[in-house]
Amino acid sequence: MDAPLVGFLVGLIAATLRVATPLLFATLGELYSERSGVLNLGIEGIMFLGAFAGFAAAARAEAAGWDAYLWIGLLVAALAGILMGLLMALLTVTLGLNQHVSGLGVTLLCTGLSLFGFRLVFGESAVLPRITPFATVNPLPGVPVLGTILDQHLLTYVAFSVLVPLGAWVLYRTHFGLNLRAVGENPEAADAAGIPVFRVRTIALTAGSALMAIGGAFLSLAQLGAFTPGIIAGRGWVCIALVIFARWDPVRALLGAVLFGGVFALQLRLQAQGVQLPYELLLALPYLITIAALAVAGRNAPYPGAYLKPYRRE
Amino acid sequence: MTDANEAMLVCMRGIWKQFGPVIANQGVDFDLKPGEIHALLGENGAGKSTLMRILYGLYRADAGSIAVGGAEVAIHSPRDAIALGIGMVTQHFALVPPLSVAENIILGQERGLRLDLRTAEGKVASAAKRFGLSVDPRARVRDLSVGQRQRVEILKVLHRNARVLILDEPTAVLTPQEIEQLFETLLRLKTEGVSVVFISHKLHEVMRITDRVTVMRAGKVVGTTATHQMSPSELARMMVGQTIVGVSKPPRTGQGSVVLKLEDVWANDDKGVPILKGVSLEVNTGEILGIAGVAGNGQTALSEVLEGTRPSTRGRMWVCGKDITNASPDQVMQAGVGRVPEDRHESVIDEMTVAENMAIEHIDEFSRFGLLRHAQIRQHAERLIAEYQIKARPNDRVRTLSGGNMQKVILARVLERNPRAIVVSQPTRGLDISATEYVHGKLLEQRQKGAAVLLISEDLDEILKLADRVAVIYNGKIISVMPAEEANPERLGLLMAGVH
Amino acid sequence: MGLKLERQAAPVWVQPLLPVLAIVLTFGLTSVFVLLAGANPLRAYYHFLLEPLSSRVSLLEMLVKATPLLLTGIAVAFAFRGGFWNIGAEGQFLAGATAATAIGMSMHGMPALVAVPLMALGGFVAGMAWAFVPAVMKVELHADEVVTTLLLNTVALLCVSALLNGPWRDPISQWPQSPEIASTAILPKLVPRSRLHLGFLFAVFVVLVVGFILTQTTLGLRMRAVGLEPKAARFAGVRVERTLLVTALVSGGVAGFAGMVEVAGIHYRLIEAISGGHGYTGILVATLGNLSPLGVVLSALFVGLIDIGSQTVSRALGVPVYLGDVIQATLLLVTLAVLLLQNYRLSWRRGGAL
Repeated sequence: MDAPLVGFLVGLIAATLRVATPLLFATLGELYSERSGVLNLGIEGIMFLGAFAGFAAAARAEAAGWDAYLWIGLLVAALAGILMGLLMALLTVTLGLNQHVSGLGVTLLCTGLSLFGFRLVFGESAVLPRITPFATVNPLPGVPVLGTILDQHLLTYVAFSVLVPLGAWVLYRTHFGLNLRAVGENPEAADAAGIPVFRVRTIALTAGSALMAIGGAFLSLAQLGAFTPGIIAGRGWVCIALVIFARWDPVRALLGAVLFGGVFALQLRLQAQGVQLPYELLLALPYLITIAALAVAGRNAPYPGAYLKPYRRE
Repeated sequence: MTDANEAMLVCMRGIWKQFGPVIANQGVDFDLKPGEIHALLGENGAGKSTLMRILYGLYRADAGSIAVGGAEVAIHSPRDAIALGIGMVTQHFALVPPLSVAENIILGQERGLRLDLRTAEGKVASAAKRFGLSVDPRARVRDLSVGQRQRVEILKVLHRNARVLILDEPTAVLTPQEIEQLFETLLRLKTEGVSVVFISHKLHEVMRITDRVTVMRAGKVVGTTATHQMSPSELARMMVGQTIVGVSKPPRTGQGSVVLKLEDVWANDDKGVPILKGVSLEVNTGEILGIAGVAGNGQTALSEVLEGTRPSTRGRMWVCGKDITNASPDQVMQAGVGRVPEDRHESVIDEMTVAENMAIEHIDEFSRFGLLRHAQIRQHAERLIAEYQIKARPNDRVRTLSGGNMQKVILARVLERNPRAIVVSQPTRGLDISATEYVHGKLLEQRQKGAAVLLISEDLDEILKLADRVAVIYNGKIISVMPAEEANPERLGLLMAGVH
Repeated sequence: MGLKLERQAAPVWVQPLLPVLAIVLTFGLTSVFVLLAGANPLRAYYHFLLEPLSSRVSLLEMLVKATPLLLTGIAVAFAFRGGFWNIGAEGQFLAGATAATAIGMSMHGMPALVAVPLMALGGFVAGMAWAFVPAVMKVELHADEVVTTLLLNTVALLCVSALLNGPWRDPISQWPQSPEIASTAILPKLVPRSRLHLGFLFAVFVVLVVGFILTQTTLGLRMRAVGLEPKAARFAGVRVERTLLVTALVSGGVAGFAGMVEVAGIHYRLIEAISGGHGYTGILVATLGNLSPLGVVLSALFVGLIDIGSQTVSRALGVPVYLGDVIQATLLLVTLAVLLLQNYRLSWRRGGAL
């Protein structure tokens, strides 16, 4: 292989992992919600809020001269996610409201709150506020190929090597995971077996929303070092599709995120290379593929048995 | 507490339970000895399940006491019952289909963080072996047959160290081979000292494996005896009692011609398993053909096939010579079939008005160029409301109506069209006596007018009261058809239990 | 103690009070954010709700804002009533706007009586086409229409973006916007020196037509039956699949028509921000309006008022204009919860362990 091609591929792989990171966080978050039986359409907004809250806190902390400002930002993002998870749980679990409309409402609320908060914190300045983002970690500096590919953010490492295995372990190898799956499939049976259905769903939604918010914060704190209105741009909706694509399995979610990340990254690379292609159409490709996949999976998609169904005790 | 009671594992005394106007249990006494298989026998609605649901904590009794092992106890939830060593397998299994057998069995039972599946699977496997319940602990429940699922439910109860196992109609959903396996298991459990309550209305099964039998009728205990002292016909008589005569059936006027005809009709249930296995029937003008049978023997599928909501996989059906095999609901109605289905909520739209529900089946007749004629719809409703004495206004939502009035709405919209054939399923389920009498009167009126009525009912009294001929459905087949004069509770009871 | 919901129909007099309750609760909750912005909530709400109503200019502007929302709102309400969860009004709007622009750009020299109906038809058909795939996938393959319509929203936005950065890019300014549509294709103004255009009347007309379909036609009756209880509808002889398909197509068409109205009435060209969320706001409007045509009219006007009000309050008190978005979203969630009181009664139960 000639050098430019190798360079291109290496760059592509590295970018893929980077682009897939926020998708992976949010997809796992959605996956946990849906496994408990609740569709969280708040995902798009919660990612947006995470990106904003993380950025705002980090910017303030940086200005105050704190070294750990990025971690503070991440923590604040997670807390914002938890708050929205609790709101979503109040609406859909406690009150048993329509999950579609509740989720979209949460998305609208988070979007409004973030833009409102941004103006409050940073005013109407013409200059986009910036922070120094997370630096990448490179275990093999100077090594060709691997050194470039592994030159990633700590959060990327966390997502791929900790979160996915941990997510799968919790889901399949702990009592909580068993309870979660039972609650999402057959809440009546779970209730009869003495599992606190409402609590399990609330925990799943809350933890899931925290992951979504962290996914959003990755974009502002690691990738951009800034917050823009278009920072999420439909990534949340992609994650909803990825969960179906992954058939509600954390490991398959990783594959899906990498696949989508790859296509996004490819489009970025091609643009950078000056290839004249309507890259938007390339960008639309993963969505169209997902729709096609849904058409094939449709009837057989293993939706959780209690998906979209609020549980009420008679 | 007397000495005699101390030998009892469970003592229920004076249990009362009322659901709205219906008294399900009226001062019921029930005793269970250690290590016995005790049948709770009675017709649908006799109060057997209610009594056992009270023992398992699913319902709370209005009055009465329960003692377990000689000590009086309060059972507020299944958890309390489980703690006392009481377990129940209900007709609707409480299993989580995508989970494995072992996961289902330990669900909600073990604490701690880590899920030790290997150990759980080992425990389940050894328990399964000990009780003769062959089932693979690693299999997914959704891949199991109904019989295997039932074994999982039983294992689940035993895993919680139950001394009392309550089985609600356990054989209703099983194949004959599976029933044999279940009986072996129950006998093995008996030798292990577990007491079994066997809720059933299948006489031959009760005769075969139970030690004692308590017969219930209309919320009361008729008697408790050792099973071997009774004959099936004695039990059948205890179970059914005397038929009550309300509206009386006028004699038939002349010999009718065939209106509704089914020839070797087969159909599958929602899972694709055959549930109707070659039903052939003829119903004549001015005749009520009653279909008697125990729940779950294909009655629902039979009515759905005739209503046009379930496809048949084989065979043909005609109304007055017109082929209606696999016709749509629309076409079935056009052919002159009136339909009163089993589940009222699946034939009316609760959130729509009485007038809209009365018109929707033939909405094209209430419209011009696709535009609704509200005045006509309203007048139509007013006329039917008056004619059928329905306590409702045309613009009331159906949801707000009582069961009896809801049924009148359905009857009115069917009968006003003078259908040539009427398919009626469980028409008086959940209705009070006066509404029941009303429905019965209307069906007889249609018969006098010359309609062919197919009456599917699990209520034997109803069938004996109304039908000119009685057919018995068992395991998806019509196993016998007889003139009403030859039908009596004992004979039908035996046939319904599959005893030819 | 535990919160318990008991199913019980509310008395009739409660119904009209519910929206009032929702609005009061919403403004109570969101006053926290007004305080955060350093303003007095009462003053803020004066500027928010009353000031716009007292000026002719902002009243007219409220109608301008309400125009697309009337259409997307009624499109969503129609779909939801018929049991089709159309979250894709945004994409259908964009499809309609794109088709209308394409037609409008080629209408130079054509009389308005040809250009406008053609654009309207184009917008409607394009919206229908955009709803067709999710509808067929739901009916034939049981694929969740929520996910498919959501995904197609992003696809629509990308297609618009591809057009604007590609073949339609303004040749002079190089901005990502299309050339202008023909002057005859532009909807005339209703009131001089305002932005209020004929599209507003179109929107009101469409709402009336949809209301007519829902209450006066056999299609409407069948649709409602399918939306409420598909099983019982099938039993009663309704062809459920066909009805769902019609519901989806009409809903998509109306959303597409909304796109045409925005192009021909306001922007005269396609821009990326042509919708800016009107499709999603339509879901809000439909829910606030309890899925009824009259409700949609009232809530579209109210949401329009919030849009205008957030600008006046921003000018007067320096509260960020996005307060309007926060209030809209809060109102949606509060309304959703308050509507529970239609069918349920809340009560506190001692020792009620949920």
